[in-house]
Amino acid sequence: MTLNKVWVYAEANGDKVTTATLELLTKAREIASTVEAVYAGGHADAVAAQVGEYGATTLHAIDAQGGMPGQVAAAAIAQLAHSEAPDAILFVQSYDGRDAIARLSVKLDRPVLTNGFSLSVDGGQLTFGTAIFGGATLVDCTLSSDAPHLIAVRPKSFAAESAGGGAAAVTNHGSIDAGRAGEAKVLEVFEEEQSGPKLEEAEIVVSGGRGIGAQESYKPLVEELAKQLKGAFGASRAIVDAGWVPYALQVGQTGKTVKPKVYIALGISGATQHLVGMKNSDNIIAVNKDGEAPIFGVADLGIVGDVHKVVPALKDAIAAKG
Amino acid sequence: MNVVVCVKQIPDPSVPGQLEADHTLDRSAKPILDESDSYGVEMALQLVDAAGGGEVTLISLAPNGEVSGLRTALAMGAAKAVLVSDEACSGTDALGTAKVLAKCVERVGNADLVLAATESSDGYTGTVPAQMAELLGWPALTFAKKVEIADGKVKIQRQTEAGYDVVEASLPALVSVTAGVVEPRYPSFKGIMAAKSKPVDQVTAADLGLEGQVGWAGARQAISNVEQAPARQAGEKFEDDGTGAEKIVAFLENLKVI
Repeated sequence: MTLNKVWVYAEANGDKVTTATLELLTKAREIASTVEAVYAGGHADAVAAQVGEYGATTLHAIDAQGGMPGQVAAAAIAQLAHSEAPDAILFVQSYDGRDAIARLSVKLDRPVLTNGFSLSVDGGQLTFGTAIFGGATLVDCTLSSDAPHLIAVRPKSFAAESAGGGAAAVTNHGSIDAGRAGEAKVLEVFEEEQSGPKLEEAEIVVSGGRGIGAQESYKPLVEELAKQLKGAFGASRAIVDAGWVPYALQVGQTGKTVKPKVYIALGISGATQHLVGMKNSDNIIAVNKDGEAPIFGVADLGIVGDVHKVVPALKDAIAAKG
Repeated sequence: MNVVVCVKQIPDPSVPGQLEADHTLDRSAKPILDESDSYGVEMALQLVDAAGGGEVTLISLAPNGEVSGLRTALAMGAAKAVLVSDEACSGTDALGTAKVLAKCVERVGNADLVLAATESSDGYTGTVPAQMAELLGWPALTFAKKVEIADGKVKIQRQTEAGYDVVEASLPALVSVTAGVVEPRYPSFKGIMAAKSKPVDQVTAADLGLEGQVGWAGARQAISNVEQAPARQAGEKFEDDGTGAEKIVAFLENLKVI
């Protein structure tokens, strides 16, 4: 027996729905007979077409009122949940997704389950799977609280598959008073310049860590190798915190989750924080001076050596192949 | 300018974590200040300094009256702390934690700003700051990588998937800060000595009026299964003898990506 109705909190960049949202819609189809999306932001019609294709029949559109979408949406979702009675509301473990689930949990007085990577329903009972200790231990949880259950899932936990559906019907709920939560206004939006494939979508990802030695080494070692392989470049938290590269490049628990065909870790020790974001890559190559570094525990090919010697030779060898 | 900072005292992350029989985290070892929280403490000290007055108060939820992590933050320069330590809090979830910490903010009183890390290094739910703000009825400016205070307003650069947004709200407000927002200071010898006599107000969940809302019962969730993840097939590891690059090329060729 599946659930009756599941909502997915949808997110979009501009008019493009995020892949992680489509992954949740795909899973929602499997566990519920009715799937609907709730969304705060612009381009509602474009969003409705995309969420509809992935199985949502209705898009509940909310005016974000110039605030942070997740925080404004929570007030509206709380009101709607009382009348519409969804069994569960799924969120992406993203910045806005966490804001929305957090405020909603207080408004509805429900616990949250976060960092999920599996969901199943058996006899109407929802089971949620997560991983702790950097993925070393798997934990299944069930909730004894009343519906709606509030659940956040990490990106890349499920494959996004189109259901071939038409556009979802848009129900406009307009501006709902979010109280002081709505007082925080977004004044400006900055996007880091980006060339080549996106980090989350690239077939090949090359990431650098503290072991590259200096900020100046990032471009020749990490960025250039990634470009040569037509891949994307990323970073560990250590060098993001150190200010060597922007936050948008961070792979890990607090950054992006990637699952490329090949992940190349250069000078990354493999702290739990980093492993959570990349250990499900198909193939992992690691180059690090310290042979005892935990990254070698997940690497398919490990080279214990100096990135300053190995990477230039690697670039030359690849260039020679044309 | 009075700033309240949420700090968590966690098991040393360099030691592999373990679960107790009741599925709570093994917290028997001496805890340390979560490094993620050292950024909020430093940020608070700098903001109070810039405002030319006020103080930094720490709030923390920890078992067994643990103060070792709090002393580290007090040694950095915080004035005092409120510690909620109570057997009844064992198994408390994110919402319960937020309820406890929001009550602590009210107990401290007069806060212009509450700072928290975006998530703890041991539980990493990542929802507690916004849950606290909702309980307090305040704006929450989350995932800040830069924080400025001026004219009764707080303005931050909020991390996004693609870059950052500039977000502003009036005080009082809650801000969650990312690691790296500022460079945390090391406690001085004088600071460490002074920290020993700084006041720590120790209270229970009942003192805060939260009986029955914390602990496993308040969490309303059950763990149905715990197992070890299948280990990733161990790969090959070579000392680089000058052929490291060749081995990588062969590996990539085999996958047909070059």
